[in-house]
Amino acid sequence: MAKHHTDPLGLHSALEDWMLPVLVAAMSFLAALAVAGALASTVLAAQWQTDTAAALTIQVPQPSAPDAAGNATRLAAVQAALQTMPGVSSPRLLSTDALNHLLAPWLGTDAAALGLPLPAVITATWSGPGPGDAIAAALNKPAPGTLAQTGVQWAAHVTALTGSLQTCAAAVLVIVALVGGALVALATRAGLAQRRETIEIIHGLGAQDGDIASRFASRATALAVAGAAAGALVALPVLLWLAALAAPFSGPPQLNGLQHGLSGLPPALWTALPCLPLAAAVIGWSSAQLTVRGWLRKLV
Amino acid sequence: MIRFDDVWLKYRHQDRSPGALARDVLRGVDFKIPEGGFRWLTGPSGAGKTTLLKLIYLAEHPTQGRIDIMGTHAARISRRDAALLRRRIGVVYQDFRLLAHLSAYDNVALPMRLARRAERQVHADVTEILRWVGLANRLGALPDELSGGEQQRVAIARAVVGRPKLLVADEPTGNLDDEQASRLMTLITALNQLGTTVIVATHNHALVSAYPAPRLEIAEGRLTAHG
Repeated sequence: MAKHHTDPLGLHSALEDWMLPVLVAAMSFLAALAVAGALASTVLAAQWQTDTAAALTIQVPQPSAPDAAGNATRLAAVQAALQTMPGVSSPRLLSTDALNHLLAPWLGTDAAALGLPLPAVITATWSGPGPGDAIAAALNKPAPGTLAQTGVQWAAHVTALTGSLQTCAAAVLVIVALVGGALVALATRAGLAQRRETIEIIHGLGAQDGDIASRFASRATALAVAGAAAGALVALPVLLWLAALAAPFSGPPQLNGLQHGLSGLPPALWTALPCLPLAAAVIGWSSAQLTVRGWLRKLV
Repeated sequence: MIRFDDVWLKYRHQDRSPGALARDVLRGVDFKIPEGGFRWLTGPSGAGKTTLLKLIYLAEHPTQGRIDIMGTHAARISRRDAALLRRRIGVVYQDFRLLAHLSAYDNVALPMRLARRAERQVHADVTEILRWVGLANRLGALPDELSGGEQQRVAIARAVVGRPKLLVADEPTGNLDDEQASRLMTLITALNQLGTTVIVATHNHALVSAYPAPRLEIAEGRLTAHG
């Protein structure tokens, strides 16, 4: 009995070009980086937003001068007020050494030697609502001129930056998807040109547009999925390395890949990476179908 | 079964520019072939025989006029229905049009597989028709491994394997010796007697004389004789 032939269009030779899977692998690699970037920025931004928004810095000018009531120094009055203030916790007076260290870029290593009237600086954790204007108002009563600043404004900047990064990542994914679709369309058109006579014969024998398009789409999808899977695998070590770089900024072990192996990658990334071949399948199938059906419309 | 009503076909020149002249290939062709009829299509080379056949097997659309094939208005048929109608038409092309990467068996099996027939039935029908055309021992041969006559017989087998309602053949005996040509005509007349409508284009006057049937004669795109 003659061998059953399941590929009447001969697509295994018409679309065997290694270029398609290799280029799709490159697109998949870029997509993996974009997804990882978006996820990392989300995780890091959440961490930074919490830290920044919670930071409260208080400057007390003339800390040794008597407070408004004349009972203690201004610094002591402010410290006492902070102990009972709702939303404020863990107040800590910066030492002279710490202050000198902070001011060193501008005033040198011994700011006190310059004779400048430096304020006392207190750091605390702020868990109350709003930017902390009420704190400054309350502290100005015993110690006029006291400044209080929370990180809420900085947190807003971090939020805006994160949003921009995520938008960029989404744009990269859209571009990668479009380029991937175009690559499949180009490969399919090349296959159609190579198999033109065969397709005309099969069309003449009564093949439906869907029959022909499905055969091309199946082949293109298989190649695209293989390429995307390869690209995602190649991206893994790079993602682990990037996760290790990001680890010091991310707090608890969410992105510390090299230390914890594959389990160091965030769970969301483990969901996203297998989605790349699936996305490639959808793009490959739909792009090939559209290309073939459009091409077949030229036939009577 | 087949009805041509004032059918014109005009080919544009290759450059397709607005000023390019068009050439009339068919001019006002009218004829009818009843279901189960047999017609020879004769005429000199370039007269329009192949073009007329292409219109019948839905490979061309007329520029003007109406064509009905098996009761269907060809210009108004959907792409899906056109494909289904093509499955009921067996075509023997002048240049065979076999798929080079498929064996003789798979070439002949193709129309049945496109029609999603059961593989057991495909096997039975394909081996039987290839045996009938004398190629039982060449089932696995690729077209390049077959002679011109053998390729033509594969093309004929492919055209008739699905027991079409309409058989269109363009110079089907061109590469066959007398014995094979006679064998082919026996097959075609047998199909015709079973109800298949047949139209055969040929230059072979001896063949036409040997199998008397009404004739469509075409010259310079016009039908000059019918009946």
